[in-house]
Amino acid sequence: MHIGTYIQLVHQSEKDLAKAFHYVAEAHKAEPDIFGMSNTLAGWSEELYNKLQPMTEKYGKEDDSEADRLLHAFFDQKRKGSLSLLQDLQDLWLMANEANVSAIILGQAAFGLRDENLIALCEEIEQKSKRQAAWLLTRIKSSAPQTLIAAS
Amino acid sequence: MIQSRDSVKDIWGERKPYYGEWPERVDQNLDAEPDNWVKSACVLCSNGCGLDIAVKDGCIVGVRGRAEDRVNHGRLGPKGLHSWVANNSQERLTKPLIRKEGKLVETTWEEAMNLIVAKSKEIIAKQTGLGIGFYTSGQLFLEEYYTLGVIGKAGIGTPHMDGNTRLCTATSAAALKESFGSDGQPGSYTDLDTADTILNCGHNIASQQTVLWSRILDRLAGPNPPKIIVIDPRTTFTAEKATVHLAPRVGTNIPVLNGLLNLIIQSGNIDQDYIDQHTVGYDELVKVVSKWTPQRVEEVSGVPQSKLKEAAALLAQTKTLVSTVLQGFYQSMQATAASVQVNNLHLIRGLIGRDGCGIYQMNGQPTAQNTRECGADGDLPAFRNWSNQQHVSDLARIWNVEVDKIPHWAPPTHAMQIWRYAEQGSIKLLWISGTNPAVSMPELARIRKILNKDDLFVIVQDAFMTETCEHADIVLPAAIWGEKTGCFTNVDRTVHISHKAVDPPGDARSDLDIFIEYARRMDFRDKDNKPLIKWTDAEGAFEGWKACSKGRPCDYSGMSYEKLSGGSGIQWPCNEKYPNGLRHLYIDGTFNTNIDYCESYGHDLETGAAVTEQEYKLQNPNGKAFIKAADYKPPHELPDDDYPFMLTTGRVVYHFHTRTKTGRSKELNEAAPDAFVQISEADAAGLGIADGDMIEIESRRGKVIEPARIGDIEPGLVFIPFHYGYWDKPGRLRAANELTITEWDPVSKQPHFKYSAVKIRKAGQGILNKIENVIEDVATAVNLKL
Repeated sequence: MHIGTYIQLVHQSEKDLAKAFHYVAEAHKAEPDIFGMSNTLAGWSEELYNKLQPMTEKYGKEDDSEADRLLHAFFDQKRKGSLSLLQDLQDLWLMANEANVSAIILGQAAFGLRDENLIALCEEIEQKSKRQAAWLLTRIKSSAPQTLIAAS
Repeated sequence: MIQSRDSVKDIWGERKPYYGEWPERVDQNLDAEPDNWVKSACVLCSNGCGLDIAVKDGCIVGVRGRAEDRVNHGRLGPKGLHSWVANNSQERLTKPLIRKEGKLVETTWEEAMNLIVAKSKEIIAKQTGLGIGFYTSGQLFLEEYYTLGVIGKAGIGTPHMDGNTRLCTATSAAALKESFGSDGQPGSYTDLDTADTILNCGHNIASQQTVLWSRILDRLAGPNPPKIIVIDPRTTFTAEKATVHLAPRVGTNIPVLNGLLNLIIQSGNIDQDYIDQHTVGYDELVKVVSKWTPQRVEEVSGVPQSKLKEAAALLAQTKTLVSTVLQGFYQSMQATAASVQVNNLHLIRGLIGRDGCGIYQMNGQPTAQNTRECGADGDLPAFRNWSNQQHVSDLARIWNVEVDKIPHWAPPTHAMQIWRYAEQGSIKLLWISGTNPAVSMPELARIRKILNKDDLFVIVQDAFMTETCEHADIVLPAAIWGEKTGCFTNVDRTVHISHKAVDPPGDARSDLDIFIEYARRMDFRDKDNKPLIKWTDAEGAFEGWKACSKGRPCDYSGMSYEKLSGGSGIQWPCNEKYPNGLRHLYIDGTFNTNIDYCESYGHDLETGAAVTEQEYKLQNPNGKAFIKAADYKPPHELPDDDYPFMLTTGRVVYHFHTRTKTGRSKELNEAAPDAFVQISEADAAGLGIADGDMIEIESRRGKVIEPARIGDIEPGLVFIPFHYGYWDKPGRLRAANELTITEWDPVSKQPHFKYSAVKIRKAGQGILNKIENVIEDVATAVNLKL
């Protein structure tokens, strides 16, 4: 059984996502909407992380090197100017989608285990990560032309 | 002086008690007996009162309310009765100004327009139209907005066009779109003539729309007076007349509304048939509001349980209801989410689309509705959906341009983002018309810094030398109301025509003429190489707009200048089906949510994420209204040890906006000559503050000094009116927006003017403070003149 691996993956991805949202909020403080909303959405991930905690105890967790590979690969601190906002939002979008698909996978197993709590939790993570990604995409779409064409 | 009453002392005038048909009362204010009268309407708030302009020897000498007008039945308020004197002011701009060696000097139209065109072309060549932004107003005319909209979208091809309506009524449009599929007020002012209950949400109607308040006062004095529920943290003139006054802590509108909805649902007084047949989303609402017990509402908002229950009982039982919503909701935390709950209240009780049942997601400015309709703000013309390819193609066909000329890859850029792009340097030209951001935007120090940037070319088009003009590279003198012909639409969809009564002063030109001249010089062309702008006057622009609006919710196709001039206000839609307009929208419970017709697919109310076409298809509203629930989120800036008070901003009855007009009326100015800070008795006593003491109020963003006014406000909260700037009193920092915060609602993008954490102390305590203040004041004054 590898359920522990995926519990760990989802658990860690929410932790990383919260960290990443906080990082983007700070790095782009001068964008008032980015600052406020990124911190709000970091809060969603922190809450989900806490809700998952009892599951890691119930099923045990298996440490897995897959877990926070994205956080390490993303958010190159050398990024500069308005392009950096676009690139950072793109990284966040990928992480939110990673959280989303991990929750779908874990959710399938939760059905197999008939664990109502885990099913509900996976559904919540799926919904929340989808909304996080939707906000990111809305923001990315509106700033892309200005960043790529008009900004110096 | 021939004055029907002293409207400064007697704001709302003599009572005419009634139920059913509002009796006439003609208000007037004349300096002399006129030679002739010219048909118009008032532009001093969103009410749109019909009036005639008195003209003698080519000058405006007064105004008189029109008895037959459906909006005001002859009445006018103090602002409308007095502000016409601004037309005749010696301080009017009469010549274009150009900045040379750091100073603004008089120039010719030829030189000014040549420079604007040269700059525009240079920027477009380097950056495309994305380097140009327009920031317009809620105070031009319909024909001007539409022309500007076509120039921006099909001429330059920039998505960066918005109005100061973003600061005042963006949430109105957003809330209507989220619930009903498109902008457009469902009700009619006639609803007030019979309504059993009136709910004012963050709307100080008595100060804002004095004539509309007269209508309510006359109902209160008559048989079957309505019950009035007011949600406002201050004891305003409106709140003084309330049956129930709920005074929530700033930023807690959602808990109060959710609490009311919860009690109404629990009482069982919902219209289940209406909910089943005409709405989607009710179950989610029940789930979210059920957590808001009266006890929890009291804990979070401070509204006593007994008062909440009293208000809920009235709302649950009333057979008819008129609700109004304004800045107390729009400029506060969770603006769109809270305003949508008012729509939900009407939907779950089935109180919409019939006499006595109106929702007014209010407008603040006289022509704000047209900014939104005509596409001079962050919308496409005639409530078209920017993410619907067919809607964009329709516009391309009407304008005879390639569809890709029209920016539609994302929503048009909202004002706060336009300013941000200017701050970052990717917008190089900002064209400001009919608005004064150097006083009205949040965080003024930042706005002044942006306006003063070397790499930003600033054009300001105005009638007076405003605080914003001081920072311009080019100032264009504009003709105003009374000096040009055009139409505008009030908050109950009533369209008036306002005829030219006199010539503008000096070389001033109408905004329409300026925009048309710009388009001609820029040589904007359509697909057939014909001029893009097909009209040369206001009536031509109106005909163009009629074609653009045909078949859309705001259908003007059945109107004409002749028809509008013959009567006294026509409501849209006005077309073949409804040649005389339509009193209520959504009469049969069919809303504008059909996927091919809607203006927007909607948003996540908490994040502002756009709902996609595919997701919208799954929701399948197809004519049903959306019930969208929202849970509470606390404001981002709360009082703390360093900044222990909450500041809120708002209006006074005698002034409009930044007082460019009202401040030039002797009577209005004397009635309210200066800003002030309102503070509770308890807080004043604690800080040793007496009435009239000069108080220093400081936020994380700036500082002002205001005389204290004590009482009629909750402890912990202070209030400063937003009207006052520096053009007539440059000595002291006094604009409320020195303090306000740069952030906005995620859906409507309307800034949060209603809360900032501040600290306060008596000004001038100690000689060092005094010196410091004097130095700062002088520095500010000097800076403003730079």
